[in-house]
Amino acid sequence: MNAGGFTRCQTRETEFGQSAGTRAAARSVHWFGAVLALAIVTGAFAAPVRAQDSVPAGVRLGMRYDPSGKPGVALTRVVGDNADSVRAILIRDLDFSDRITVIAPDSAEPTTGGLNYDLYSKMNAVAVVQAAVTPAGGLHVSVHDVAGKRVTTVMDIPLPVPALSPEWRNVVHVAADSVEWAVRGQRGISSTRVLFVRGNQIWSVDSDGEGLRPVPGTTDALSPAWNANGTMIAYNVLPGDDGPSRIIVRDFATGRSWSTRAAATNQNPAFSPDGNQLVFAAGSDGMELYTVVPFGSDPPRRLTVRRSTMNMSPAFSPDGRKIAFTSGILGHPEVYIVDADGSNPDLLTSSGFGDQLYRSNPSWSPDGRLVAFQSRINGAFQMFTISVRDKSARQLTSEGENEDPSWAPDGRHVVFVSTRTGSKQLWVMDIESARARQLTRGARVQNPAWSPRLDVPRQP
Amino acid sequence: MRLTRLIMLAAVVAACSKKPPPAPPPAPEPPRINQDSIDAARRAAEDAARRQREAAAAAAAEEARRAEAARLEAARADARRKLDAAVYFDLDMDEIRADQAATLDAKVPILNANTDVRIRISGHTDERGSDEYNLALGQRRAASVRRYLAARGISEARMDVESFGEQRPAMQGSDESAWSRNRRAEFTLTAGGNPLRVP
Repeated sequence: MNAGGFTRCQTRETEFGQSAGTRAAARSVHWFGAVLALAIVTGAFAAPVRAQDSVPAGVRLGMRYDPSGKPGVALTRVVGDNADSVRAILIRDLDFSDRITVIAPDSAEPTTGGLNYDLYSKMNAVAVVQAAVTPAGGLHVSVHDVAGKRVTTVMDIPLPVPALSPEWRNVVHVAADSVEWAVRGQRGISSTRVLFVRGNQIWSVDSDGEGLRPVPGTTDALSPAWNANGTMIAYNVLPGDDGPSRIIVRDFATGRSWSTRAAATNQNPAFSPDGNQLVFAAGSDGMELYTVVPFGSDPPRRLTVRRSTMNMSPAFSPDGRKIAFTSGILGHPEVYIVDADGSNPDLLTSSGFGDQLYRSNPSWSPDGRLVAFQSRINGAFQMFTISVRDKSARQLTSEGENEDPSWAPDGRHVVFVSTRTGSKQLWVMDIESARARQLTRGARVQNPAWSPRLDVPRQP
Repeated sequence: MRLTRLIMLAAVVAACSKKPPPAPPPAPEPPRINQDSIDAARRAAEDAARRQREAAAAAAAEEARRAEAARLEAARADARRKLDAAVYFDLDMDEIRADQAATLDAKVPILNANTDVRIRISGHTDERGSDEYNLALGQRRAASVRRYLAARGISEARMDVESFGEQRPAMQGSDESAWSRNRRAEFTLTAGGNPLRVP
């Protein structure tokens, strides 16, 4: 627990409960606006920006950086309670962004006040991050522009208790994402999570591989999916004592549950970006796509009209206008794109590449340009991306078997299932550098789903 | 005058009631077998023999009943086994294999003899291919089995179908011996069959 005179936030130690710690972190959303206001005041940004992920046109950053490179960011020594953990999380988050070269000297640099900017310039740092856990129990972070020799961003975020809890860690992740924003003009993905299936239920892991915990009440679940703002998840359940195969939607903001089914087997739910529709696959002999309004009272409506085919794994485009899905209409699985009303099907993956006819599990990139999918090559699935515009494809993996991709909100990282260590584990790859890191260890996994950015720790 | 008649009547009665003179003793006969005891002994022997026969018959009848009950039990168990027996599929296929037809055919008379019985057909796959594809393939296998039985007269309303895809392997392992055992349809009794009538 806290030492000294720290302000104690009452918080229940539940994994997914709304707690005072959460409310404290909720203030971080408002804090974020304050940071931006501060940034505007200091001239780091030319125009107001929303606390979301897109980089507005005309934003001028106060730092010199090469958009295609990995600018160096140095971290000074962190002081305060759990300083080592804070520093370790910040270093790792910035490294995992694959956009920043982390410089972390073991220096005794003072943690407040003036920095030796020339020294940092020699280290090839464009920015320096100073962080401290204040006696009042907050995280204080300053971002310095080395070339401009001044502080450009200051953040003060209350830290929930207990320290090192998932909520506490998420605040440090939010700080890392904001550092990335200040330096690169784009928010990071550290404050995100990945849902996946292990041992007959759904689990959640933080983007850095920590905070592994089960989602309560998801026995026999498969294929989890997030809605666009991270307040709901959908999944399908296998037949069991609780009932037949069906789609379940959980709203963590209200605590409500809802289910629907269209046939004997129902699977692969996916939310539309506006949250007004859920598309899923269902069939009693073969599989078709259906849409339904979550928590609505109308039955699902069939989207694909061919009989006795295998249409499954639907995924909405980020603009909500199209759906990519796997179809066996040709006699073997391929990825198709169809309009959201089911019209104009178009084959995305031609048989022109790969030696075995099996391509499936599409996932749209957040910018809508690429679809990631798996293709069978030499008897094993590998990860590919394909351009929606010109259908040029790129192979991402070759080691072991790699399948079931899900994009991160930054549009350059993908989580997938890989057998390269000998058992099915989650791996994260940066599609630009091809760097891959292992996210899970232990019992085998399936069906990963990357969350949207979660500033506020949301259930699950 | 009545009194005289009465005295004369009494005298006649007294004279008639006189015992006849004892007959002379019969001439002595040769020793004679006691026919009664012989008869009794014979009857006893016959009774014993009859009881023995009856007991034997009862025992034989009991034995026959027991044998019949055991036979019936065995026939019921055999019928139950035939109803429960899984069928197996080739890779990526939902067609009923020629060597599996007999297993399905054997279920038909049992289902016909037990119209109260409902079954659930569960389709399964091996681990190759994506999870989603296998959940769909398992569903096609269950539907294929239902179609086959329906074509042989079993009402579709009595058969539920479901799929577990690759999620419930019957045998762990990543080789053909495990895979071939996992590409299957399983059968569960969901109503009736207590007891199962033998066709």
